[in-house]
Amino acid sequence: MSGYLLQQLVNGLTLGSLYALVAIGFSLIYGVVRLVNFAHGDLMMIGAFSTLGLVAVGEVAWAFVPLLVMAGGFAAGGVIERLAFRSLRGAPMITGFIVTLSASVAIQNLGLMILGAQPRNFGFPSVFRERLALGPVNIAVIDLAIPAATLLLAGAVVLFVQRTRLGIAMRAVSENAVAARLMGISLNRAVLAAFGLGGALAAIAGLFWGGKFGQIDPLMGFVPGLKAFVATIIGGVGSVPGAVLGGYILGFAEVAFVGFMPSEYSGYRDAFVFALLILILLLRPQGLFGREEEERA
Amino acid sequence: MLRLEELQVVRGRTRVLHGLTLELGAGEIAALVGANGAGKTTTLMALSGLLPIACGRATLELESGTLDVARSTPAALVAGGLIHCPEGRQVFARLTIEENLRLGAYLNRDEAEVRRLLGEAYALFPVLGERRGLNAGGLSGGEQMMLAVARALMAQPKVLLLDEPSLGLAPQITERIFDTLVELNRERGVAMLIVEQNAMLALEIAHKGFVMEEGRIVMSGTGRALLEDAGVVQAYLGASA
Repeated sequence: MSGYLLQQLVNGLTLGSLYALVAIGFSLIYGVVRLVNFAHGDLMMIGAFSTLGLVAVGEVAWAFVPLLVMAGGFAAGGVIERLAFRSLRGAPMITGFIVTLSASVAIQNLGLMILGAQPRNFGFPSVFRERLALGPVNIAVIDLAIPAATLLLAGAVVLFVQRTRLGIAMRAVSENAVAARLMGISLNRAVLAAFGLGGALAAIAGLFWGGKFGQIDPLMGFVPGLKAFVATIIGGVGSVPGAVLGGYILGFAEVAFVGFMPSEYSGYRDAFVFALLILILLLRPQGLFGREEEERA
Repeated sequence: MLRLEELQVVRGRTRVLHGLTLELGAGEIAALVGANGAGKTTTLMALSGLLPIACGRATLELESGTLDVARSTPAALVAGGLIHCPEGRQVFARLTIEENLRLGAYLNRDEAEVRRLLGEAYALFPVLGERRGLNAGGLSGGEQMMLAVARALMAQPKVLLLDEPSLGLAPQITERIFDTLVELNRERGVAMLIVEQNAMLALEIAHKGFVMEEGRIVMSGTGRALLEDAGVVQAYLGASA
């Protein structure tokens, strides 16, 4: 295998991991509240700036930064749900759609006001920049750390949803919220779990995004968030393994588009991703692993 | 045990219950019968906290005190032993049978007791035990009804609200379910409020019955008395009865 191909594979794996981390949250949140949360990607930005802040303070050992960032993401996800979405329960889907877009714009503009529009350099520990010789290529440590952490976290979420009492309750709410309440399940708790877990994963994706690409700004979460939503659609909304696989499919497809098409096309990478979305919606609207579902007004 | 006084419930812009009064004593089976749209399901949904009570009072009397339904969350009512087995069974089709049953005991944090209750459920309906790892969606209608009843029992109910337990079931299955309900009532003293389109079936096992029309009770009496009442027979049990 040529070095170039292998390097592209590594790039696809890294990008796909980032999409997968964000896509899991889309999927969990849609599962319990039937809401496509367009503000979800902005939690990446919150995660990235939290990392920057923690590092700037300098008191926190690097090993604890990811944990704190995830805890912050959990809290931010829960707070956003409480402030913006809780009063929407039972509202028509289109209302939820508009409110999540508004929440996204509000978060981005709050970010611009507080943090400024200037992109910032993201200082990551130099150990992640080191390159390991792997056969014909050198691979940066971060390109190994991101997929490893992603698979670990995705596995933990799958176990949580499949095995734990709250995870089973979340699946029950996702299938039939009224019957779930008759079991004594608190909707608010299941919804908080979905927004919190989704927020934690998006925040850690923000940390990784900054580490991988080196620069962050208050608008950084929106387009990756939309792409992670495309990944969720590819995998089939409501399935955590589907969201992870969708993330990797999209990551590889995007990197292949940039890496193997003539370089003058690489500026169209976003257009390519959304064209892929349209294609999937036309050919297999329930995604690769989703089940068909009647739309609820 | 369960007391409803002048209960009024509004759904959307329509008042569905216009001052409903009824009482269910400890260990009693009561049948709530009446035409479609009389407000029977609405009554049960209000009692389990799924619909707000606009006016009037519903209280659940327990050894530990009295629960005001209007001020309680559905979870608090479940914890108090008021369990609603909803119309159309509403089992979680994509969850396994065992997961469905465990959700019935969702508020019970005592794992040893939950296991004991699972054992009881499988003893009551062996078919559920044989398929415990399969998704509930693969069960037949009758088996899903068994699962719905078993799931309700996992919560160790003191009062069981049953909405159309015979709906869509074959006669033998219906008989099996009703036999089980009578047995649970006799052996465990579970009080039951049964809403049933098959009024005759429900009145036969009920200690008392209530006939509902347009959001109020228009007639009540012992199950037997209502069964023998010519007016009830004509209006609700069909001409053939």
